[in-house]
Amino acid sequence: MSDQVRAEWPLYEVFVRGKRGLNHVHVGSLHAADDQMALRHARDVYTRRNEGVSIWVVPSAAITASSPDEKDPLFAPSGDKVYRHPTFYDIPDNVPHM
Amino acid sequence: MPDVHTHDAEAHDSAYAGLLVNDTHWAFGTDFEDPLAGVDTTVPSDVDPAVLATYSLMLADDALVLSQRIAEWCSRAPDLEEDIALANIALDLVGQARLLLARAAAADPSIVPALPEDSPVPAEDRLAFFRDDHQFRNVRLVEVPNGDFAECVTRILLFSTWRLALFERIVGSKDAVLSAVAAKGVKELAYHRDFSGRWFVTLAQGTEESRARAVDALRRLWPLWDELLQTHDVESAAAAAGVGVDPGTVAAEVAVVLEQVLAAAGVLRPEVGPLAGVRGRKGRDGTHTEALSLMLAEMQSVARAHPRGQW
Repeated sequence: MSDQVRAEWPLYEVFVRGKRGLNHVHVGSLHAADDQMALRHARDVYTRRNEGVSIWVVPSAAITASSPDEKDPLFAPSGDKVYRHPTFYDIPDNVPHM
Repeated sequence: MPDVHTHDAEAHDSAYAGLLVNDTHWAFGTDFEDPLAGVDTTVPSDVDPAVLATYSLMLADDALVLSQRIAEWCSRAPDLEEDIALANIALDLVGQARLLLARAAAADPSIVPALPEDSPVPAEDRLAFFRDDHQFRNVRLVEVPNGDFAECVTRILLFSTWRLALFERIVGSKDAVLSAVAAKGVKELAYHRDFSGRWFVTLAQGTEESRARAVDALRRLWPLWDELLQTHDVESAAAAAGVGVDPGTVAAEVAVVLEQVLAAAGVLRPEVGPLAGVRGRKGRDGTHTEALSLMLAEMQSVARAHPRGQW
């Protein structure tokens, strides 16, 4: 028996890979008592309309996020470096997902 | 249905891109089509259509009545996630009920209640909304009132464990429709059993309060368990004809599964006897607890007020 009862279950972030999607995409969050319950809640809440073929759940507390205050130092320097985009190459038609 | 999805550029960015495919059937107000449209419903030549119809009705009523009970949880579950999980289970069961009611009606049209000649109400709805309680063939486990969340979870555990074992065998039915319904249902019921088994163990191994509620729920539902494994004449006739399954034949397997869950939960089988029938008649005979007539009164009132209604 657990000694402590928490008023609210921990928050999880849900990532779903769609049928044609190549990668898991963040679709929302939910509450669950543990990892397995989170996975099942995600199935019930976020894949009811046949969206997904794979689910990841991650405790929200495990995510380290960048702060809006850091936006300029983090992202502004890349704004004027157009040469980092591979736009100076011809991509063959048969290379998918570019 | 036309394939309306064209947003290739966004397809990999949105987990919901799948929503845009063939989405016409999600629209509100769309008429429900005959769930067996295009399916060959010919009764195998050596099978009594009345037996097949009544057997289908039994399987249908189990799902329909439990679906209605679970739907009563809508907006009342402990939290949003569980609310949606229960609604999903109820919808799976109502889906099974629709197919099975339609199958029963196609096998033996004489069981379908008569309505005014110009009534557009389809056979499955007539069976669901225009039969009285004594015409329902469900086991009594599915009709008793909801109780608390522990009782809700425990009832789904008992029901889905039993029905999954049945459906796994009905897949081999000589009737192609029942076989197809069972094949679809097996995946749904496996999830229902997983959901309810996990919750039963969670509650039983949780706090003192949750454990007491789980133990109490099992004790209250246990008298109704025995009925699920008793063989009715229609079930043995359906089994003999190769279209159905004698529930007695799944008893051993179901006991093993249930024992695993109870062992994980640290809960013993309750020492309470089965609920007697009335002069030997039980749910499968159309003899029910009073809870069913009260539930049906609410479930059927709107449809009965509009026998020519189109939904």
